[in-house]
Amino acid sequence: MISIKNINLCLLALVFSFNLQAQVKPHKKSNGARPSALSMTNGKAIYGKICVTCHQADGGGVQNMNPPLIKTTYVLGNKTQLISIVLNGFNEHIEIDGDTYSNVMAAHDYLKDQEIADVLTYVRNSFGNKASAVTAAEVKKVRATKKS
Amino acid sequence: MSALLPAAVIAGLAALATLNNNAVTPPAENAGLTLPSGFKANMIIDALPGAVREIAPTPEGDIYAKIYHTKSRGETRKGIVLLHVDGEKATVKTSFGDYPGSGMYLKKGYLYASSDQEVFRYKLDSKNQVIDPEKPEKIVTGLIARYEHEPKAILVDDNNNLYVNIGAFSNSCQVKDRQKGSMGIPGCPVLDSAAGIWRFKADKPNQHYSDGIRYATGLRNVVGFDWNKQDNQLFVMQHGRDQLHDIFPDMFTVKQNAELPAECMYALKQGDNAGWPYIYYDQLLHKKMLAPEYGGDGKKTVDDKYIDPVAAYPGHMAPDGLLFYTGTQFPEKYRNGAFISFHGSWNRAPEPQKGFFVVFQPFKDGKPYGDWEIFADGFAGTKEQAASGRADHKPCGLAMAPDGSIYVSDDVKGTIYKISYNK
Repeated sequence: MISIKNINLCLLALVFSFNLQAQVKPHKKSNGARPSALSMTNGKAIYGKICVTCHQADGGGVQNMNPPLIKTTYVLGNKTQLISIVLNGFNEHIEIDGDTYSNVMAAHDYLKDQEIADVLTYVRNSFGNKASAVTAAEVKKVRATKKS
Repeated sequence: MSALLPAAVIAGLAALATLNNNAVTPPAENAGLTLPSGFKANMIIDALPGAVREIAPTPEGDIYAKIYHTKSRGETRKGIVLLHVDGEKATVKTSFGDYPGSGMYLKKGYLYASSDQEVFRYKLDSKNQVIDPEKPEKIVTGLIARYEHEPKAILVDDNNNLYVNIGAFSNSCQVKDRQKGSMGIPGCPVLDSAAGIWRFKADKPNQHYSDGIRYATGLRNVVGFDWNKQDNQLFVMQHGRDQLHDIFPDMFTVKQNAELPAECMYALKQGDNAGWPYIYYDQLLHKKMLAPEYGGDGKKTVDDKYIDPVAAYPGHMAPDGLLFYTGTQFPEKYRNGAFISFHGSWNRAPEPQKGFFVVFQPFKDGKPYGDWEIFADGFAGTKEQAASGRADHKPCGLAMAPDGSIYVSDDVKGTIYKISYNK
């Protein structure tokens, strides 16, 4: 019989292999920039300071309350909507993968354009997500249309 | 190194190993729980879909279980499940009720159930079976449920009074909920229709707010409450406010954010005010503190007007069940003491999460006496699962079985545990 420790090693290796595969895949055409290392570093710091309370370190959110950020259309889809949620907050019951989430998200319009761009770039490229970067210019554009 | 093996081979090996591993693993001792010496636990049912919340056992060995989600993950189901317990296993007899919700209570020939807006009751026959599952009486209607703290806890006393918790639709009554730096709304309007315990008549149909009284106020959210027969008094567990650091980072550290404020136990009298949103309770200073939204700074205390808790516990552990133990099966020290199920925290992050256990609070002469202790631990799974909040199970409803064992519901996997004492 294979021991638990060995299974863990195997699984680790499995994940590692998948990551390698993902890295050597040809870069798909996307409608935005690739995430920069600087954006990822700064975004991670902002996430750890502000977002982690509700969305948790693994991006998995909290049952019934705070939605997960893992491979959801909210995160990976329309960037304008995503930026708008950060700027304006969010106050609706939403359903993701058949589960509902109800907590209020506060507006984070006090963050600078670059900070929002970095944290969203980080979220879109962490927790198993892979998507184009969000730029400060994109945030600026959405902020300009935001109702005051 | 195994990392160099082709992924497919490893996947195959891992799958094989997992299968093999499952085949030979015996059920975990005491259903994976850690208990005091002499106690044992087992799962009487382990996968009721839709999140089991409050549970109401009958003397005949049945359990009515309230299911919170009647729709989720592409499935629909009934909101109340009737189980029959035979020894260490329970089987589903039937299910009924098309509404979701949390509250379930059995009293004097009636089964009471709550959705997030209403309270219903069903007449029972002499064997505590619901006579007409399709036609409950609507007892209370039109209760507020607005994003936060929506579940309605319910309880009926010996005088046919129905108590309903209506949780605050706000964290701390800020102008902008959970917004960094946003101050409290003067004369918090949430208190008019929520953040308290309301009392209605248990037998009068179609009551609205205006038919009931606000029995006690200033309670942010109560899920676990029970009637203390020694004191003839309602005891409640309040979920304290969240995010002191996130909202006021200059006044509270990340560590203080995790520990404060206390989750409080209150013994209520009619007209009591526990002080939310104007105050919170600091269990380390043993003081009522002025909330930062209302001019506080983490140091200003408040002495007047608001009641003191009778016991206080670390922050954010989410007390979802309270049960005074009136049985005789457990040893003497447990009689008339309180079991509290702590569902487990989420907003202690980035500090480790806490809770996911059932606590015993000793009582003497109807008041908490001495330190609380962890009674049943391990619902989360590993220590890492508890710290990350990724718990396998979270304890929720508590109830006593006819033989003096206690039942604990879990609203993650839909498990009901039975904990008994071996003489």
